[in-house]
This record gives sequence, C-alpha cells and structure tokens, in this order.
Amino acid sequence: MKKLKLTIAVTGLNNTDNPGPGIPVIRGIRDSKEIEARIIGLAYENLEPGIYMPQMLDKTYMIPYPSSGIEAYMERIEEIHKKDPINLIIPNLDAELYTFMKAEPRLKELGIRTFVPTLEQFEERHKANLETYGKKYGIKVPKSMILTGHHDIQKIQDEFEYPVLVKGKFYDAYIAYNPEQVVNHYNKITAKWGLPIIIQEFIKGTEVNVVALGDGKGNTVAAVPMRKLFITDKGKAWSGITLADEEMIRITNHLISKTKWRGGMELEMIKTNKNEYYMIEINPRIPAWVYLAVGAGQNIPEALVKLAMGEKVKPFETYKVGKMFIRYSWDLLGNIDEFEQLSIFGEIEK
Amino acid sequence: MKKLKFERPVINHINAGVPDKFGRGTTIQAISDIEDIAVEDFLSQYGSPLYVISEKIIRDTYREALSAFKTRYPKVQFAWSYKTNYLNAVCKIFHQEGSWAEVVSGFEYEKAIANGVPGSKIIFNGPDKSKEDLKRAIENGSLIHIDHFDELYDIMNIAPKTGKKAKVAIRVNMDAGIYPHWDRFGFNYENGEAWTAINKIMPNTDMELIGLHTHIGTYIMTPTAYAIAVSKLAALAVRIKIKYDYHLKYLDLGGGFASKNTLKGAYLPGSDTCPSFDDYAKAITDALNNSDIQYDHMPTLFLETGRALIDDAGYLLGTVLANKRLLDGRRSLIIDIGVNNLFTSFWYEHQIVPTKIKQRDTEDTTIYGPLCMNIDIIRAAVQFPLLEKGDQVVIKRIGAYNMTQWLQFITYRPKVVLIDLDGKTHVIRENETHESMNALDKIPDHLKEIQL
Amino acid sequence: MKLKKNIAVSENGFLFDPHSGESYSLNKTAQLIVKLISEGKTEVEIMNSIMKKYDVESSALQRYLDDFIMMLHQMNLLEKEDN
Repeated sequence: MKKLKLTIAVTGLNNTDNPGPGIPVIRGIRDSKEIEARIIGLAYENLEPGIYMPQMLDKTYMIPYPSSGIEAYMERIEEIHKKDPINLIIPNLDAELYTFMKAEPRLKELGIRTFVPTLEQFEERHKANLETYGKKYGIKVPKSMILTGHHDIQKIQDEFEYPVLVKGKFYDAYIAYNPEQVVNHYNKITAKWGLPIIIQEFIKGTEVNVVALGDGKGNTVAAVPMRKLFITDKGKAWSGITLADEEMIRITNHLISKTKWRGGMELEMIKTNKNEYYMIEINPRIPAWVYLAVGAGQNIPEALVKLAMGEKVKPFETYKVGKMFIRYSWDLLGNIDEFEQLSIFGEIEK
Repeated sequence: MKKLKFERPVINHINAGVPDKFGRGTTIQAISDIEDIAVEDFLSQYGSPLYVISEKIIRDTYREALSAFKTRYPKVQFAWSYKTNYLNAVCKIFHQEGSWAEVVSGFEYEKAIANGVPGSKIIFNGPDKSKEDLKRAIENGSLIHIDHFDELYDIMNIAPKTGKKAKVAIRVNMDAGIYPHWDRFGFNYENGEAWTAINKIMPNTDMELIGLHTHIGTYIMTPTAYAIAVSKLAALAVRIKIKYDYHLKYLDLGGGFASKNTLKGAYLPGSDTCPSFDDYAKAITDALNNSDIQYDHMPTLFLETGRALIDDAGYLLGTVLANKRLLDGRRSLIIDIGVNNLFTSFWYEHQIVPTKIKQRDTEDTTIYGPLCMNIDIIRAAVQFPLLEKGDQVVIKRIGAYNMTQWLQFITYRPKVVLIDLDGKTHVIRENETHESMNALDKIPDHLKEIQL
Repeated sequence: MKLKKNIAVSENGFLFDPHSGESYSLNKTAQLIVKLISEGKTEVEIMNSIMKKYDVESSALQRYLDDFIMMLHQMNLLEKEDN
C-alpha cells in the first residue's frame, strides 16, 4: 500500500505535569503504517518539552499566542507555510480552537487543512450552557444554576441539596458543603475568572471518560472509554485503564450522530451506583491520554489525519479492554545553544 | 564612505517561558496618516492632543448596519444614541442618514431639538425625566420609554393637563441568557411586572402604548441573547393583541452591540471575537420573523446602536512627552493623552501605534498619560517600538463615549476635527480656553481682592 | 566599565549570563557596544567608534548610550565600579 506523504503541523507540545496532547498525537501519527509524515511543531514557549524530545519533531517553529489576534497569528503561519509547506494543522489546545475555527477559510485557501468542530458545535457545549445542551440532545446532565452575585447564594438551597459543585466559567471546580463554603469558593473563582459562577448538582459516582472522533457527518469513527486510576493534584490523569462499557459507547454514538461532531473530543461523565451516566463536560479536542486509545487498537490521530485529507476511514469497532497507561517524568538533557537557536531565530531543526 | 543607518541599542531579557520576538521585530503597523492627511499636519495645525472623526467611516458603518437589517426585515429604524457621542456635527451626520434621536436626559433632549429633530422622532429613555421634561415630551409627541412606576404615575398626572395623549412604551428587563442580568432599568418580564405596567397603561385614555423597549446590556458578544429578547417582547405583543385586540407599532431592541475594541481581561482581541452586524441582524430578524406576531402587523424594529456605529470612526492623536526607566528597568513612555481624554481606557486595552517605526525592536513598555495621578495609565504593559520625545502616536477606535464622558482636569480639553467626504477638515468642537473655562465661575465680592 | 567575567555575545545577538543563568537578546548596535566594552574601551572611545561608522548625532547617541549602560547595570552584567 502506498503511504500518505504529508507535512503535519502540531501544537500543544507542553508535555508537562498538565500535558498538552501534542506529543501523544504525534506518537499516534509516527506509529501509523499508512502515513509518512514530516512533523512540524508549533510552539508558544521556548521550553515546551516536546520541542526537545527525540524522534518526535522534524522541526519546530515558535508562533505567537492566539491572544495576539488572528492577523498576527496567521501572518506567522503563512510565513512558515511559505518556507515549509504544510498540508495539515492539528491544533490541540482549547485556547487556540476559536482562532483556528475562524481562520479555517483562510487556511483552506493556502492549502492547509484542519479538522476541527464548527463554531456552533464549539460554542453550545460550553460549561455554562450544559443544561440547555443536555435538553437539546437528550443526554443526562447534572442540574445547574448560574450565580451572578452574592445574593444568589441563598437561592441555592431552594433547588439543590448540599454538597454542590462550585465552578468557574472556564476553569476551577470546588465542592461546597454549605453556603459559607460557596461564598468562599465564589470569591476565589470570581477573583480569577470573573462571573458567572456555575452551581452544579454534585453527582456521586466514578468519573469516566471517552476519547472519540466524529467524521462531521454523524458517524463515530473511534471511541474508547477509560477510567482514571490515579489523579494528580491538578486533577489530571496519571494513570488510566480502558473499560468495556457499552452504555458509554452508546451515549457517545448518540451525541456524535445528533451533533454531527467533527474532530476529536473528550467526554467526561460520572457513573453513579445506579449505573446512570451524567455528562459533566465536553472537551472539543483530543485529550492528552489519547495514546492509550492508540495502544488499545484505535489510532485516533491517524484516523483524524486521514479524515482531514479526505480519505475514507472505516470506523473502528473494537478495542482492547484492560489496556493501561502510566505517565512518568523523565529529565531530558539539553544545551544552551538549542535554547539560543529557538529564542533568537524562532525555529529549530531536529 | 557613506555612514550606515543607526539603530538604538536594545537589550531584552529572554523569559524562559515566553518568547517575545524571535527575531521578527514588531508586528505593530504604524499609522502615518488618516484618510491621506498626515498625522503630523493634523497636530501642527490643530494642536496636540487632537480628536479626529471620519465622516466617511460613520456613513459607511451606518449603511453597513442598516443594510444588514433591511435586507432581512423591511421595517427598520435606527435612533442615534446621543450619550455615545453628542457632538452636534456627529449627530447631524446620523440624522442626515435617517437616524432618529435617542436621548436619556433633558439636556440631550434639548440638543436633539436644536439639531432639528422633530419631537415625534425623539425616543426619550432613562430613569431621570423631570416633570418638565415629561410635559415637553408629551406636547411634542415624543416616544417616552417608561422606566419605573413613579414615572408612569407622573405621566398619568401630567398628560391630561397638556390635552394630548402621551405616546409611550415601557422598558422591559429580562433574562436573555447573559450575565450580568440588568434588572435596574425598566419592568421585569419574568416576574410579571412588565405585564402589570401594560395593564395600567392600556385602559388609560391619556396614554397610548406604541411599542416595547428593552436594552439587555452593553458590549454583548452573543447575538442569540437578542433573539431571546425579541421572543420575549414578541410574546408580550401577542398577549396585548389577545387581551386588547391592539397591535403594537414597534419593538425597540436598544443597543449594546460590541465594537472591535478589546476588553481588559479578554483572552482574544476584540477584532477576532466581535460579532458582525450580519450576525446580530440575523439573530434579531430571524426571531422576529419566527414569532407569533400576525404577519400583516409586523412591528417596526427600532435599534439604538451607539458604540458599534461610531467607535471605529474616532481617532485620538497625541505626542510623546518623555521616556523614562521604571525601577525594574522597564521602559515607560509619557504621552500627552491622559485618561481624562480617553475614559474608555479604564475598560479597553486600546490599540496605540506610532506614526512611524524607525527600527523594528520593541521593549516591554508602560504608557502613561500626563496627569499627576497614579491611575493615569493608557496601557499597563505592551510590546512597543522605541519612541522619542516629540514622536507622535495614534489611538484607534475611540469614537464612542470618549467625547461625552471626558473630564476636564488640570488643562483644557482639545479640539475635535472632522474629515468630510472630500477630505476637507473642519473643527467641530473648539478646545477650551482660559475664557471659556472661567465663564461659569463666579467670585463673591469679598474674595475679589487678594494681597500676597 | 567592565563586563562581568565569562560574558560574551554570540553572533546571533544571544547573551548568556553564567552567573545568573539568565539569557538576553541584543540588536546589532547593542552587540557592537558590548563588544567594545569587552575590549576595554571607554565611553568616549565607544562614542567615537560608533559615530565613525553610523549616521548619528553625538547628543542623541549619548542619551541612548547612557540608557543602555544603565540597563546593563540593571541586568547586573557590568562589574560594580568603585567611585
């Protein structure tokens, strides 16, 4: 079989204790027998570990943060593309997705493909909209309520039983057992992320996750359920295991077929003692633990590349149950000249 | 031997995490002229700092907004939001384009009348309308948007004495799915207060309920919030039809469209995230067309958009007063534009650029205004090219609120200049002078003499 | 005026300070000045050498040089001088 020869650019090389998915995505592509890729890293910071890891990247370019605006961002991508033509970009960080979705037509014109959700798919799954989302697509979600001021805190007890979860719009979630604790968390979160605060029913159970890939036409191309075995103090999985859980797969298929989701996604659910599943979050991209799915037989990064390039992809039907991942840290050694090269010229050849 | 072009020496600390340049230099684009007139010429002719307003941008923006709505819904009427910018010349441009006037005080009402707006084409909003204001508005047939019950009772009392029917609407506040929820203006929809107010007005023979008004907030980034607002106002309109067999003439969706300025604390720049007029128009008109209001009696859609129509048309030009090093080595630049002239700098990260870039190096810079006050900061931290005393800068997108909320403080407020469609400039507001500033002061006799 | 020991600027304008572990980037003019300092030149000699090569007035250059040397002090790249 002839291999697909491609230049693929990947972001999210921050393989730290709160890892970006870049390196796991690259490992999936490197493992593929169907793709022969030259892989370009797009890095925001000159100490992103992925840049320095052996056998991962062929070349790295520094790019400006999305916060510098689409114009500056695209100007840099175009500059790189001129030197080093790119077939496909896989953005892996939440903060970039908006920019890539907006820039999609421009990238297309340049001949650069992406495979990201539509703006509508992206916007409607925001945490603050979860209840509407659940109703619209017929999935169970925890009851929630929005706080826009301290005066709303008294209203919580009319609708909820303590404990409740107190969440920020984008990040942070705390358990509160009484109104005093809500006040506390409310102050902490608003100082950092502003309003609104989301109060969510606390669902007792086990957190389970699915990594999935939708083809944009309603078909689930890949889906692997997992349970975290060990969690860091930042709440990130340090170890996990694939599960045989047909209900999770059914919910995933249902959601993807209803939303016609395009691209990678991670579903976070709580499974209760009564075997009910509550969706608590939908992440609009491949998660950092995707290599577990690759190891379990579903090479999601490979499938995503093929979908993006317009190739036919046969949906995966099975995966190995009981496959585990264990993250570990490892001190790479480097030299100041690599750092110099990156800092002064904004690019480095591996 | 010809000498080489000199560049100032620059040394920048490389942060381990964040690269700030990697040999690429600044991405800031200089603005050397505005509509083909050099910034230098502006400042030498009219003084620094200086506000400049482009008539062309105002008209183009207005027409773009109008067409976004008109192509989707035939009955659309804009009303110029005076508080956003009530320089007479600016108001007149909007009125020439067909905008009515939207005012929120007796002062703005008088301005609109003096600008030649017929009383019947003035929308009178806001919580502060005196009895005299109300009497005049009733007599002139203006559209009074009632904010609270006390005002409703005032109108009930005043209208019979004028011998005219007061033309009124009520302002409705509601949960439109966005935060914060503004509940301090108007009557609430969800708790039935708005319906109660309607039921007081409808049977009253001295008042005629012409429309419904809402203004859901400011700098609204989600067009769908307007769709929710439309559907709630439409539900009230349908209920009025059922109970009183009466068709409302208009629904007023207020203002609140965002501009391309970047709010402080926002991750992405406003130019990336600001919805277009088409986005807002689609949300609003789809909701109207899909409502249960009878097809033959579709109401006129009023819009009081301010910020989004004028922000881009305004520029603030200024001059560098000095360069300074702060204690930690950071560069600070002092310019002659203070927060008193740029009130919006309290919530926007304004885009400020030099008129020319002599070298591509930048430094982490704090840009201060000239006031002797610690809060006088135009930009707290920005990668900025190196400027020198006397160099000139341009701040973009300042047309909204700055020429109404400006503060007179320690010096005279500057001139405002308009560039007309032929590229001619006109002073549309003079700078303050010692005489104009002193004109309102009065000195009691016993304070007239001083001896030092 | 003396640079601290072991401080050198690479051709790319990258300066690594082995005492503090900090890194800096310098533009061409800054590189030249640091090179002249390392050669033991005085301020006057540096001024003359730059004015010979570049189109710049001495009053302006004096200002820029003062500012630059202040930054080198601020960044702890120069030996403290005994007054």
